[in-house]
Amino acid sequence: MANDPIHQFHIEPMLEFSVAGYDASFTNASLAMVGGAVLAALFFNWAMKPAAMVPGRAQVVAEGAYGFIHGMLKDAAGTEGVKKFLPFVFTLFLFIFMSNMLGMFPGVFGIHHIFTPTSQIVVTAALALLVFFTVIIVGFAKNGLKFFKLFAPSGVPIYILWFVIIIEVISFFSRPLSHAVRLWANILAGHILLKVFAGFVPALAGLGLVGILGASLPLAMTVALYGLEFLVAFLQAYVFAILTCIYLNDALHPGH
Amino acid sequence: MDATAAAYIGAGLACLGMLGAAIGVGIIFGNFLNGAMRNPSAAPGQFGNLIFGFAVTEALGIFSLLIAILLLFVVPK
Repeated sequence: MANDPIHQFHIEPMLEFSVAGYDASFTNASLAMVGGAVLAALFFNWAMKPAAMVPGRAQVVAEGAYGFIHGMLKDAAGTEGVKKFLPFVFTLFLFIFMSNMLGMFPGVFGIHHIFTPTSQIVVTAALALLVFFTVIIVGFAKNGLKFFKLFAPSGVPIYILWFVIIIEVISFFSRPLSHAVRLWANILAGHILLKVFAGFVPALAGLGLVGILGASLPLAMTVALYGLEFLVAFLQAYVFAILTCIYLNDALHPGH
Repeated sequence: MDATAAAYIGAGLACLGMLGAAIGVGIIFGNFLNGAMRNPSAAPGQFGNLIFGFAVTEALGIFSLLIAILLLFVVPK
């Protein structure tokens, strides 16, 4: 069915092969991920090639993105965080941003649509678990057992401390869950919404002259929603990155 | 009532949890605007805090969405 709003999330293998009995095919999702990463890398190499004192337009964009993440990480995790984690956070942000933005293309070069990798929970869960285990490993490597102070904020009266510790432990372990599901659910819901509204247009236009006039309403709504989805695509990449910064700050300074 | 119907009703009820998240997110952005209108020069510096508060509040709505999705797709019918 052409109007099926779920069809855009179908994974179609493009190059089938398997590794040790597991299906490891190169799919349209892999293509979108590789495309996003390669495009980001190519753009930054190309934009920073002149490395001019007075930057051109592309260099302003590249430096602006870099400065944006730098400032965010510095606010959240201090100079030490910038020194250690700027490449990590910048890569995460760019990858998610490019995935979201490429997914906004309705279709090019005869491809029905471009797959949005962040609409698959396996992608966002892998990214969130990467952050989660980075926090744990760095936290223990840097602070040793003092990392457990993360669960016991200083200045809490002793008779409610046990309760605070329970809450802190639960909130710590629910972080990767909410981190992954937030990005996934926002992108998934947004894309389904777009396709549902777009599906109203041909359905109404098939009803004759009055229907064609009426179809302009969902068409305008689709255009407006597309604008909103571009905002969401940026905002969710930003939210993912800023939460990563805040979690990494816990690894560096667990004592609250 | 069979288990399938119960799972669907439960999924619908779980979505009510998003009501709380919606109210919370509204309060956060409303209060941010309230403060930003009073002291516009201090507002840009608090953008990170705004987004963090929004993300943490939204997480609770996401948990209810997750329960709904688990009921729809994971619970055997």
